[in-house]
Amino acid sequence: MAERVIEMQGISKSFPGVRALDQVDFYLEEGEIHALVGENGAGKSTLIKVMTGMYTADAGEIRVAGERVRPRSVFQMQEAGISTIYQEINLIPHMSVSENIALAREKTGLFGRIDWREARERARSAMARLGLDLDVDQPLNRFSTAVQQMVAIARALSLKARAVVMDEPTSSLNEGEITNLFRLIRDLRDQGVSFVFVSHKLREVFDLCQTVTVLRDGRLVGHYPITELDHFSLVSKMIGRDARGILGRHRDGTDKGERKRFCELNGIRDGRRLQGVSFAIGEGEILGLAGLLGSGRTETLRILFGAEQPEAGEIRLDGVVTRFNYPREAIARHLAFCPEDRKVEGIIPSLSLMDNIAITNLPRLSWRGVVSRAKKLALAEDYIQRLNIRAAGPRQRINTMSGGNQQKAILARWLSTSPRLILLDEPTRGIDVGARAEILDLIRRLAGEGLSVLMVSSEWGELLEVCDRILVYRDGRVLASLVGEEMTEDRIIATIAGEGRHA
Amino acid sequence: MPSISPVNPETGRERLRTYAPFLVLLAILALNALVTPNFIQTGTARNMLLQSFPIIIMSLGMAMVIATGGIDISVGSIMAIASIVFAKLALDLGMGIVAAAVAALAISALFGAVNGLLVGYFAFQPIVVTLVTMMIGRGAAAVINDGKIVTFYDSNLVDFGLYQVLGVIPIHIFIIVIAVVVVFLLVRETVFGIYLQAVGDNLRAARLVGVDTFRIILSVYVACACLAGFAAIFETARLASADAINLGKLVEMDCIAAVAVGGTPMRGGEVRILSTLAGALTMQAITTMVNMNDIPYAYSLVIKSVIIIVALTVQKEK
Ligand SMILES: Nc1ncnc2c1ncn2[C@@H]1O[C@H](COP(=O)(O)OP(=O)(O)OP(=O)(O)O)[C@@H](O)[C@H]1O
Ligand SMILES: [Mg+2]
Repeated sequence: MAERVIEMQGISKSFPGVRALDQVDFYLEEGEIHALVGENGAGKSTLIKVMTGMYTADAGEIRVAGERVRPRSVFQMQEAGISTIYQEINLIPHMSVSENIALAREKTGLFGRIDWREARERARSAMARLGLDLDVDQPLNRFSTAVQQMVAIARALSLKARAVVMDEPTSSLNEGEITNLFRLIRDLRDQGVSFVFVSHKLREVFDLCQTVTVLRDGRLVGHYPITELDHFSLVSKMIGRDARGILGRHRDGTDKGERKRFCELNGIRDGRRLQGVSFAIGEGEILGLAGLLGSGRTETLRILFGAEQPEAGEIRLDGVVTRFNYPREAIARHLAFCPEDRKVEGIIPSLSLMDNIAITNLPRLSWRGVVSRAKKLALAEDYIQRLNIRAAGPRQRINTMSGGNQQKAILARWLSTSPRLILLDEPTRGIDVGARAEILDLIRRLAGEGLSVLMVSSEWGELLEVCDRILVYRDGRVLASLVGEEMTEDRIIATIAGEGRHA
Repeated sequence: MPSISPVNPETGRERLRTYAPFLVLLAILALNALVTPNFIQTGTARNMLLQSFPIIIMSLGMAMVIATGGIDISVGSIMAIASIVFAKLALDLGMGIVAAAVAALAISALFGAVNGLLVGYFAFQPIVVTLVTMMIGRGAAAVINDGKIVTFYDSNLVDFGLYQVLGVIPIHIFIIVIAVVVVFLLVRETVFGIYLQAVGDNLRAARLVGVDTFRIILSVYVACACLAGFAAIFETARLASADAINLGKLVEMDCIAAVAVGGTPMRGGEVRILSTLAGALTMQAITTMVNMNDIPYAYSLVIKSVIIIVALTVQKEK
């Protein structure tokens, strides 16, 4: 049997109101890629934080390469050869990409001096290994969430660790980026590095991993060789019951015919990325935006919502030219927007779950500026139940909730405004299989009642599953609009790859 | 639904954090009772409350500013200019004290509006912005009366200062209670209160959920400045003079310390009004102790700093 790089036994960890881990065992063997799966709030991130020294367990033992350790800090575990990518990106936004990567380095010169030229080279090659060519001197916050995620990965991989722990590293990456990442992971595995890999995209788990550990409600369900499982049995283990109910749903595929136009964009340019974007969204239509990183999808949503201003072009709502200087003006016209990075632009961390949901509705829940606690609570409880948000209660501080449950809260915040058009940027990021199906179902149902949806997703499968129509973006332009039979993954890839190059 | 063990909202540690400011206050009062002669007499306690009036009133404003992630170090200077304006108008121009008070509040509000505009609209750093208005305010106040103290005695004002509501509650204490209750309810029960925290907690997210962040920041700085002007009017009456150079000097430090000792984090996003009240009383209790025991000023600063550190340690997270 291969050596156990990490061994955890009887790990328990409680937070006020929640037993996040209850007597959990976990083993990571040398040279394996080990998946850690479970529903939102099952305890995956908590286990990882205990493993990597961010949290101290209430009970249990941890061994690294057979030696008992009591992790006190992330630094200590890094020294022991364990490097980590946490679920919420943990980099320094205004520092450059190369500085961020250099910060992870253990080796410095005299008086802690960093050799910046070497650091820049290293950063460039680390990004290149992931198939990304970018200016590493640019501050990190100039890049999209996906790129930031890649930088976090590059940084962790550059540490020459013996084990790399990755909490949902692929949550905002698309197929191409994931392929590059997996190739690199496999290479490193062949050199003896071990990986812990968390993902809600089970296809990736089957693709990449040899072993699976399943958690449910803070307890260990079991360790399995991947060969013993199929998709169906894995989901059943995660949810603790037969998975038939939640799998295998599909778009009904009926064309809803002519729709009344609700929103129209004409020749939108932003002076940076968008090179003249035009399209229309019908009432009750679910329109998907597919494309690569940096193709301008996010910018389109932001401009539509008034979070950024276009340089040229016009927006019409119900046929009338409209201009939003601030998001609140868009909200007043019943638009809603779930941003892609929930930590930076979504959650209001010190507020409760309840206030985070209610914050978009406060005027409606108050009388002369005084908020009705009862109404606020009722609204929050309604959506906590509808989206099955798991928390110790509506008063739990949102930044102590699990990532997927935070994401659901952000969705709840916007769905509760009864919008006419909802702009979704990676709406199911970090959400588990079951919840994802439920949320997509809900979106479809609301669309049936007239809600228009504009959705960006790096998972094309998801777009194909719910959308009525898909626009393919490249380099700040809409290259194609796919409907009905044309809506296939191959078609999207072919369009992006350059067939039908724009004039 | 998953099986989640019963909700137990507070750990011992958290409870300690919540009550720490009050414990610290009790400790300092107990210490005072031991070392300060005659401290237990009602007259002393009452005096302490009367003297704490400005710092309590201004800490309330400071707490709100800090909750938005800002800071206001111009409050002392605003006191100075409000005081001078008030005294000069009442004396030289013969305006009634009510009209003069309104004018003093207006000039305070103007300073607050400048702060709010520069921070909220132009996104300059609060500490730099208020450093500038601090210098302007103090300078302008000195210019108005060539740096000389305006002695100012108005029997109506003195009567007002001695007024007891219902014959028992001194007017200052009455106002403190009203102000604390109003601000407490404002931050806890209103839309404004939630927006205020959202702005300090995650400005970008606040904007995206439709909060008019500029309006919130502007209101907060204006409120903070008006509370300073309000306190200045009472101080002018109490001291029967307006001193552009010394009134409100370093009071911003006491206010910030009061907010910090009250457990409101400096990074913003959270605000605790009752604890701020405890923090302000703590600061005043220290001052009283120092004054009544004839401790030299230099030592008093050391004592203050030690007590602040102790208070922060008791309530530290984790
Ligand atoms: N700092 C904390 N304070 C209080 N509760 C916490 C804290 N961290 C985690 N929890 C709770 O512990 C439970 C497990 O959370 P964890 O983040 O480990 O879930 P997860 O499996 O990573 O979920 P997801 O798939 O949504 O990321 C949740 O109920 C969460 O609310
Ligand atoms: Mg997690």
